[in-house]
Amino acid sequence: MLRLENASIAMDDRFLNARFDLQPGARVAVLGPSGAGKSTLLDAIAGFRPLASGAVHWNKSDMSSEPPSARPVSILFQDGNLFPHLDLRRNLGLALRPDGGRLSSAQTDRLIGALGQVGLGGMENRKPGTLSGGQQSRAALARVLLQARPILLLDEPFAALGPAMKTEMLELVKDVAGRLGALTLMVTHDPKDARAFAEQVVLVADGNALPPVETQSILDNPPKALRAYLGAED
Amino acid sequence: MAPRVVAIIAGLALALLTLGPVAAVLARANGLAALGAGDYQAIRFTLWQAFLSAGTSVLLAVPLARALARQNFRGRGLLISLLGAPFILPVIVAILGLLAVFGQSGILNQLLGAIGLPKLDVYGLHGVVLAHVFFNLPLATRMLLQAWLAIPDERFRLAASLGLGRWAYFIVLEWPLVVRILPGAFAIIFVICLTSFAVALTLGGGPRATTVELAIYQAMRFDFDLGRAAALGLVQLALGLGAGVAALRVSLGQGFGIGRGRVVPRWDSRGRKALDTLVILAAAAFLLVPLGMVILRGLPGLPMLSGGTLQAALHSIGVALVSTALCLLWALPLATRRGELLSLCAISVSSLVLGTGLFLMLRPFVNPFVMALPVTALVNALMALPFALRILRPEAEALTQDFGRLRATLRMTPLAWFRLVYLPRLRRPLGFAAGLTAALAMGDLGVIALFADPDRTTLPLQVYRLMGSYQMKEAAGAALLLLMLSFALFWIFDRGGRANATS
Repeated sequence: MLRLENASIAMDDRFLNARFDLQPGARVAVLGPSGAGKSTLLDAIAGFRPLASGAVHWNKSDMSSEPPSARPVSILFQDGNLFPHLDLRRNLGLALRPDGGRLSSAQTDRLIGALGQVGLGGMENRKPGTLSGGQQSRAALARVLLQARPILLLDEPFAALGPAMKTEMLELVKDVAGRLGALTLMVTHDPKDARAFAEQVVLVADGNALPPVETQSILDNPPKALRAYLGAED
Repeated sequence: MAPRVVAIIAGLALALLTLGPVAAVLARANGLAALGAGDYQAIRFTLWQAFLSAGTSVLLAVPLARALARQNFRGRGLLISLLGAPFILPVIVAILGLLAVFGQSGILNQLLGAIGLPKLDVYGLHGVVLAHVFFNLPLATRMLLQAWLAIPDERFRLAASLGLGRWAYFIVLEWPLVVRILPGAFAIIFVICLTSFAVALTLGGGPRATTVELAIYQAMRFDFDLGRAAALGLVQLALGLGAGVAALRVSLGQGFGIGRGRVVPRWDSRGRKALDTLVILAAAAFLLVPLGMVILRGLPGLPMLSGGTLQAALHSIGVALVSTALCLLWALPLATRRGELLSLCAISVSSLVLGTGLFLMLRPFVNPFVMALPVTALVNALMALPFALRILRPEAEALTQDFGRLRATLRMTPLAWFRLVYLPRLRRPLGFAAGLTAALAMGDLGVIALFADPDRTTLPLQVYRLMGSYQMKEAAGAALLLLMLSFALFWIFDRGGRANATS
């Protein structure tokens, strides 16, 4: 269980407060107006931003003071998820050998298998620059499979993709998260993404990240903060 | 945190190797008591020639930069690239080129003689200033040009649609630019000229045209008066630090100037074509004819090169390679803001002061002359470090910015990061920095003059010695060899950084 215990995160000119639990394996959309602190929340969980007060627990152990590399978290950023000068084998291999060493044949098999699972079979020698945007996202998701960590954070990694491609990627994320049994938090500002992907929604607005609510009910009966953001929609 | 430790070690080594010699100079100097009247004259001359050189360079740069900014012509890009060449041009080579044009039997005096006018004498104050302008006019021009090209298009369009007259145009668009850029350019060139040694050594000399750096050399080599040399080192240190701090303040945020590609579509270029053409032609001739003369006069000298000269060339290549390796070893861990500030300490200490300090430090243990080549390699690495860091730091920081978080979530080890990401991604700036360092070290005629004996000389010093013994043909050949080696080293390293560089 991921527990945010009276967590307070410093933003530019104010604080973002969060106090809720998320269950292992849940798929959660983080929804809210831009600048409200959606990415800030993810950064705090991943360890890129320190807490001003409070704590983050995973399965009862306090990870608030752990550096990002020690947390049980994999994360996809908006961009820069792959090193552009390394081929996919090298890029993905780093998930299995963070020291950059040679992969064992069992590890290589896992790597090839992961690429196959995201539909990139046979592309292990390609560099990211020779792939389409969608393929790059797929490769990054294959690496998430290899990292096999219990928490997966997605900071709008598909924002640059077209609608059809995005739908495809959301399905793939569901698949990957299901295989890993990972708690998945995805930042989005599109309620349609939330409907397609998430069982629960964490609403970030007015300096608070509110406890998760079931997606269907929150979008059908939006609270005031969400109504203001959604406007005429829904 | 292993990388941190490496950075701290590199920083300490840098501090030790700059502050150590400075401390040695301070300890030996015994105040300024050892200075004589000639030394005070040297101080005055140093300041005066630096002032004249910087002033002339920036004043001439204004019309040249303006002409290059507003006129488009075939070869413009090449000419602007060539403005970067003096930076890696060995001083002694440029001197030979300038002598071939302005010297006793140079082109200019032959022309003057043919029409019955008296000959010009290039030695002395005006020769020193002439050489400094040759080196620094291009620098000032590039700095100005870069700022000129950074003026937004809209302002030129606005000026055109308002139908501004020439005077209004100057006041509104050009004057603010000149006022913003010139003080910084002046200060940087002033600092560069303060530490002038090789130019003063070859074109100056005598009681009326000696710089402090040259006086240090003379005190050590001719009088073997270490106390006076140290006192002069103290003076040079104070001059360098004072002017360096001032230059840093007025030139904050300025690059070294790279402006190149775009020609601003401008509506003020018509009607100025004749004037601009004249300015550009004059500048191109001033910069290119001496270089052409080096090649022209050097070619017949190439087959005459003696074994000693070739030996010196090998020494120089070795010094350049060791300097480059040292400089990069320093630059990689120090490519941060703090590291760059630290390296600025190194630039404000002149190479002859460092040399004097190292001489004083080594003397109790070894014969300093045996150490001539290692010391030259070390001092050149220190001198090139600020430039290397200025090239590397922005890119190294961008790398951390772009991929630092990815590195953390992947739990990459420091070594994997360094080997798989840092080095490959920094290949281009590393190649460029290595090329600059190698060329600077190859052409340096400074600290080697303090330490050298006949067995351990570098190619620039060999050229100087050949000139001194009036073997002008071989000197010309050796200078051409030096020119080719400097540019070849630069080209090879820079090229190596670019080859197969995929995004």
